Amino acid sequence: MAVMNFLKPKNQLEEGGRTSAPIQRDAGEPEKNCPNCHKDIALSRLWANDLVCPCGYHFRMKARQRIQMIADKGRFRELFSGMKADNPLNFPGYRDKIETVRAASGEREAVLCGTAMIGKQKCCLFVMESYFMMGSMGSAVGEKITLLFEYAIQYRLPVIGFTVSGGARMQEGLLSLMQMAKTSAAVKRHSDAGLLYIAVLTDPTTGGVTASFAMEADIILAEPGATVGFAGTRVIEQTTKKSLPKGFQQSEFVLEHGFIDSIIPRVSQKKYLTEILKMHDGRAI
Amino acid sequence: MSESAYERVKLARDKDRPTGLDYIRNIFKGFIEFHGDRRYADDPAIVGGIARLNGSPVTVIAIEKGHTAKERTYRNFGAPNPEGYRKALRLMKQAEKFGRPIICFIDTSGAFCGIGAEERGQGQAIAENLMEMSTLCVPVISILIGEGGSGGALALAVADRVWMLQNAVYSVISPEGCASILWKDLAKAETAAQSLKLTAEDAKSLGVIERILSEKEIGKKEFYDRIRTLLTEELEELEHDPDLVSNRYDRFRNIGTGAVIKE
Repeated sequence: MAVMNFLKPKNQLEEGGRTSAPIQRDAGEPEKNCPNCHKDIALSRLWANDLVCPCGYHFRMKARQRIQMIADKGRFRELFSGMKADNPLNFPGYRDKIETVRAASGEREAVLCGTAMIGKQKCCLFVMESYFMMGSMGSAVGEKITLLFEYAIQYRLPVIGFTVSGGARMQEGLLSLMQMAKTSAAVKRHSDAGLLYIAVLTDPTTGGVTASFAMEADIILAEPGATVGFAGTRVIEQTTKKSLPKGFQQSEFVLEHGFIDSIIPRVSQKKYLTEILKMHDGRAI
Repeated sequence: MSESAYERVKLARDKDRPTGLDYIRNIFKGFIEFHGDRRYADDPAIVGGIARLNGSPVTVIAIEKGHTAKERTYRNFGAPNPEGYRKALRLMKQAEKFGRPIICFIDTSGAFCGIGAEERGQGQAIAENLMEMSTLCVPVISILIGEGGSGGALALAVADRVWMLQNAVYSVISPEGCASILWKDLAKAETAAQSLKLTAEDAKSLGVIERILSEKEIGKKEFYDRIRTLLTEELEELEHDPDLVSNRYDRFRNIGTGAVIKE
């Protein structure tokens, strides 16, 4: 990624609001079209605003950028970074696919794990990577998340997890399915130890990740407009032969149906998480 | 054992195979069915209750597909809604309270993909089962008798022992779904079935199941008698395991660790 200036101070954009100042940009500056308001926004401006459009639309964010946004500066220490998937079933095309994705994303796997300070509160942090096979969960992802929860139990730390996933990684067959059971068992042990787990669901959180650790947190948050669901919309339409209601599987819809605690826009996430961590301090540690 | 993987998928889906209720009626005595998740509804795709296995009370839970067209519609073709998984968990918690072992029979193409299922938290229902089953302090044995369709099957298979019928299949995605997503070509379902390693032999060699059950004389008395004997022997062993829950954790903990490279 050439553009890494997201560490610049945030501009004056209001949370989910509009700005009255006309959008100024240099001629030829790269822009991105917002799928919500359909306006072109200068990339530099987007990066400075944590990839949130002035209209409130949340663009997808790389895992490392999210860590920069959420963790105190320089206070993320990555764990289990050397782990990556093999091709256990010799699935056709998987090895080439994963090498291509590795080269393009600069990551070894679809989740980053580590310890972090967030608002001076120590925690374990995992952030899934949408730019790595859409955050699909194979054996390495399951192993890293399980190891992180086990680490958190050992050091009596809360876990904060940002999810983004198309589901289980089908190229690892049953082994990827089993990661749902494995991670869930680790979450349960962490929970039974009296420790806090907060999940933040980002766009999209679906399939086997929704049906395991995304929905197992004590406190479940979501970003505005994120797709959160189990089955894919195309499959549901094919199965039921019905058209889907407006806003189906959007985080606002999931909130209305009682499955998440709150929708927190990116601009407020760090403050919000810090406050929750503080309110559990002394119980969790 | 010479059938191709896709032929196994067809066998697993065969309408004439015994369904969950056939196993319950023929292996156990005095089955009493309990209904409902106590929250929203009763899901006919999952049947559960208590019965006797060689005289001892057990909790039995089965995904039921039905035989006739009418039954199959009523059972939603064995595709459970969230209420089914919540009913199953309620019965499992009850089994734990009263110290009864739990036996599950699994046969589903997957958890139901519907609007209502999403509105009522299909993902959350499955997730809760995975989490809660991992620490049940009574023995759990799950048997895949036909289709083991992804999370919808796993939601009843976080067990101490998982067995598969010889022609049952267990997979993260249907071969058709896999072929259509990866290769945009339904005709490649055969290749997908082969690649997904979804047969009982594959599952055993991947360490996902412990035992393959022969289909010799399937549906006959001898067939059910054989399963009854195996269940009785296995429960005898599990009931005396002081490390039951931590062994169950390790069972799932170790799956797939060999598929991870550490640099």
